[in-house]
Amino acid sequence: MEFSFTAEQEELRKTVRRFLDNESTEQTVRKLMETPSGYDPRVWQRMASELSLVGLAIPEQYGGAGLSAVETGLAMEEMGRALFCGPYLSTAVLASGALLRCASEAAKKRFLPEIASGKTIATLAVAEQPGHLDIAALKTSAKRDGSSYKIDGIKNFVLDGASAGVIFVAAREGGALSLFACDANASGLGREPLPTLDLTRKLGRISFSGASAEKISSADISAPLADTIALATAILAAEQAGGAARCLDMATEYAKTRLQFGRAIGSFQAIKHKCADMLVEVEFARSAAYNAAFAAADSSRDDLAAAADIAKSYCSEAFFHCAAENIQIHGGMGFTWEHPAHLYFKRARASSVIFGDPIEHRDKLAASLGI
Amino acid sequence: MPEHQITEEEVRERVRALLKEAHPDKTDQFTFRGKQFDHGLAWVHFPKGYGGLGISPGMQTIVADELHRNAKTTYDDMAINPIGIGMGAPTVLTHGTEWMKTNLLRRIFTGEDIWCQLFSEPGAGSDVAGLATRAVREGDYWKVNGQKVWTTLAHVSRWGMLLARTNPDAPKHSGMSYFLLDMKSPGVDVRPLYQITGEAEFNEIFLTDVQVPADRIMGKEGEGWKVAITTLMNERTAIGGATARRGGGAIGVLVDLWKSRAPAMYSAAHETVMRDRITRLYIESELLRMTNLRARAARKAGNPGPEGSVAKLAQAELNKRIWECAMDVIGGESLVYEPGFARRRPAANDHPSRLLQAKYQFLRSRANSIEGGTSEVMRNILGERVLGLPGEPRGDKDIPWKNIPRSA
Ligand SMILES: Cc1cc2nc3c(=O)[nH]c(=O)nc-3n(C[C@H](O)[C@H](O)[C@H](O)COP(=O)(O)OP(=O)(O)OC[C@H]3O[C@@H](n4cnc5c(N)ncnc54)[C@H](O)[C@@H]3O)c2cc1C
Repeated sequence: MEFSFTAEQEELRKTVRRFLDNESTEQTVRKLMETPSGYDPRVWQRMASELSLVGLAIPEQYGGAGLSAVETGLAMEEMGRALFCGPYLSTAVLASGALLRCASEAAKKRFLPEIASGKTIATLAVAEQPGHLDIAALKTSAKRDGSSYKIDGIKNFVLDGASAGVIFVAAREGGALSLFACDANASGLGREPLPTLDLTRKLGRISFSGASAEKISSADISAPLADTIALATAILAAEQAGGAARCLDMATEYAKTRLQFGRAIGSFQAIKHKCADMLVEVEFARSAAYNAAFAAADSSRDDLAAAADIAKSYCSEAFFHCAAENIQIHGGMGFTWEHPAHLYFKRARASSVIFGDPIEHRDKLAASLGI
Repeated sequence: MPEHQITEEEVRERVRALLKEAHPDKTDQFTFRGKQFDHGLAWVHFPKGYGGLGISPGMQTIVADELHRNAKTTYDDMAINPIGIGMGAPTVLTHGTEWMKTNLLRRIFTGEDIWCQLFSEPGAGSDVAGLATRAVREGDYWKVNGQKVWTTLAHVSRWGMLLARTNPDAPKHSGMSYFLLDMKSPGVDVRPLYQITGEAEFNEIFLTDVQVPADRIMGKEGEGWKVAITTLMNERTAIGGATARRGGGAIGVLVDLWKSRAPAMYSAAHETVMRDRITRLYIESELLRMTNLRARAARKAGNPGPEGSVAKLAQAELNKRIWECAMDVIGGESLVYEPGFARRRPAANDHPSRLLQAKYQFLRSRANSIEGGTSEVMRNILGERVLGLPGEPRGDKDIPWKNIPRSA
């Protein structure tokens, strides 16, 4: 198994880190998390045009950089470190992933270049109920209405659901599941921003009451949609690995400089061993996330679903544990609003639920392994 | 003393006699609890005249039970005046002057005077004995300068338990004195500090040329650490030692949430995992409760010892896991935090439903392993003070405090 990064990929990581060091400082994160849309359009535009980050995995013929999930994963790992606030997961991963896997050629040509250029913020609306995500149980319906369609149903926990310009929605026409494009201004569309635990990632609830939409897929999308979600799961795991690594860095730095009893707290084994255990978790998390990204990028591999289950299950718990230990190692300071530890802790908790919690992923993995 | 032979039935009779004189359903908190104090039923293990009967602390559960049977209104000490009742009262009783005992204990119990604990500083948390706030004697007063931090309830407190350095040339533990600080004194500046929940339960305190009358010292000059230990030991028991009803408290909320989950939210396998996890937490909650009951029954009148750290450690770690599990039970809805988790001072009944309570406690419980001494420090105490394992080599104990390296 090929398991290392090329010089170009390492260069990309450095570029993204440098960019985020300037554009996603703690101060910026705190400012953006208090805004409704949760991102800075100017920065998004630069990410799209100067760094080609938004269209990283979009083929060149559709205006993208023609790279793969490996690069997207690297970029997301860095965004996770910096607690980047922006519609990357929704637009660059989910929406463009769904277009590439489920949509007609005409739809790809229409939407992908707009996404890659930073012009369009898009999202994918799938989940309806809290609880585990079961594509076969989706109920949102579509009815033909002249040349377009009318959608009825409710989609919950939609990433950037209240701010995206285009919503790609999975709905059923009779028995078959299809993908529809719904403009944010369509009549019959109700959007409600959800107050979130993790203020750095915005979610919305969308109600479709005869909302007019355009059908953009031909065959049933159940399988490619599942594949899209597996891809996004893998990429989210990379973000979690980045978040966990940042928590470890913060904790280690503090353990070296905070003195109690006349010595650095990191000199106490209770703290030193915590940091060492976090390091093992961060390394495991990276392995899991990289493996899943490689599985998504390599068409000769057929284990993306399993790799994504492994990655999301492990990275969720590793990130949560590292974020919790980071608070603990910072003592009273770590419990304050002023210190960034809680922002990572909340991000960790929330991202462990998105696309299914660890128990759900292990359940799926066990079934696929015949365990 | 015949009081030591007092039976459970006699305690119940005394509670019924109290209820004849004042009933919580018919009178206000201050009046009722004042009478409870006068009847010696505030802290039964305290001496007569100071809110007690001089009997085993285990009998306090009988008082609570009898009150519970006969009245709808019950008061929770930890809600009324957690620091005053949990730590202030035993410290005053053990080390306070006659004036303090006579004038402060009753008002602590009724909740008329809220108390706070001014120990921690930016540079001294786990190592509270390293603190830098200075008190200098000037005639009939001590003049205090310094900064305290994480001071819970200081914004509503009447009295503060203040630990300050009176001799920087002495080794750290022998250069401190313990004062009772009138929080209304000029020079006491209380500013809110916001927490992970958005609330400001605690504060930072700036002390500038604050005058403390010389007779407000507790214990002797230079012996503040001994007094502080009394406060800290009681703090641990107060935090870890609650003996709620079977299946009550945090585990009760978790079980209720689980029972009222939406149907078909999880796969069968998922349900099995969750069920086992919740049951395991139930078992541990029960065992913590029983361990506390056992510790209470065994405790003599007087202050708790280092073994109180068993409950403190167990409670902190268990509580965090219970609320983590509750978030998993809530599932997708746990992503949504109703508005209200914004910066503000806490108020009673902020989080009325079980769902909101779980979301709040998930965040609040992260402090359990920090406040009142961290879990790491509790493990050190259990290892060294209870089990007698050798301590770590220390370079900070026997040199003058002023020569010890410190964080800002
Ligand atoms: C919600 C809340 C309320 C509080 N209320 C009050 C209050 O009312 N009054 C008051 O005085 N204080 C209060 N505190 C302060 C609390 O007592 C301190 O936060 C605590 O003692 C830890 O100190 P610290 O925050 O300085 O962390 P530090 O002592 O700096 O600890 C940092 C980390 O190092 C570890 N560590 C330190 N020493 C050792 C060691 N020897 N061995 C192993 N590990 C070690 C700690 O466990 C922790 O993980 C409160 C704290 C919180 C969170």
